[in-house]
Amino acid sequence: MDSKRLNLLKKIMALEFTCVDFNLYLDTHPEDYRALAEYNAASEALAATKKEYEALYGPLTNYGHSPSPQAWRWIEEPWPWETTF
Amino acid sequence: MWIYEKKLEYPVRVGGPNPRLAKVIITQYGGPDGELAASLRYLTQRYTMPIPQAKAVLTDIGTEELAHMEIVATLVYNLIKDAPLEEIKRAGLDGYYADHDRALYFVNASGAPWTATYIQSKGDPVTDLYENMAAEQKARSTYEYLIQLSDDPDVSDTLKFLREREVVHFQRFGETLNLVHEYMDRKKYY
Repeated sequence: MDSKRLNLLKKIMALEFTCVDFNLYLDTHPEDYRALAEYNAASEALAATKKEYEALYGPLTNYGHSPSPQAWRWIEEPWPWETTF
Repeated sequence: MWIYEKKLEYPVRVGGPNPRLAKVIITQYGGPDGELAASLRYLTQRYTMPIPQAKAVLTDIGTEELAHMEIVATLVYNLIKDAPLEEIKRAGLDGYYADHDRALYFVNASGAPWTATYIQSKGDPVTDLYENMAAEQKARSTYEYLIQLSDDPDVSDTLKFLREREVVHFQRFGETLNLVHEYMDRKKYY
């Protein structure tokens, strides 16, 4: 995996982790609207970054959550346990 | 329904083959306080949770634990995939090798297979949430012991992330327990 791809992937990982952590917090604090705004901002940035990554390197998710125009790229390696960070 | 994302929750990097370290880390894959037990415990308890916040917390933490299971598997896989047989024998991993080669299997650090007796699903939401808070503390302790046993700084970095998540999950379960208590008190008096 070249450094451009790895950096984009790391950006996605950081944004999604932000979403995971806010998600768990919001589960027990659903009326915290400041946290909700942070969640939505991170979610929007995540969606945009995933779109950019997937256009270059293929789908990140299966079952129709990411499109696969032209070719079926889902089976392409590396899988997460094969990625060298 | 679950979907799969072709990415880890946190980066995994190992300094090199290290079957001795793999042998102890595998307990967080298939041991009593490991990620498989955590995930299955929460995902099976959620059906009988009485309030919406609790159903969400158990679904979401149970799902995050699956991502942690994948991180632990990635650590173990990369620590043994290029390990020479001599090193595997020296590390005392030859018994594991006899049954599984370098494949992943759900065992604890001394080789005992995973069992459903590691988890409980009691139906009483207070009881279940206390079990989950204890489970998070036990997993935190295990990650601390693994960090003490680690001689690979890259592996330690990933173990520290996983340890930190146990602390956050404990906090969320504690908040959920308070919400369940409030719900039960309301039911009692009105």
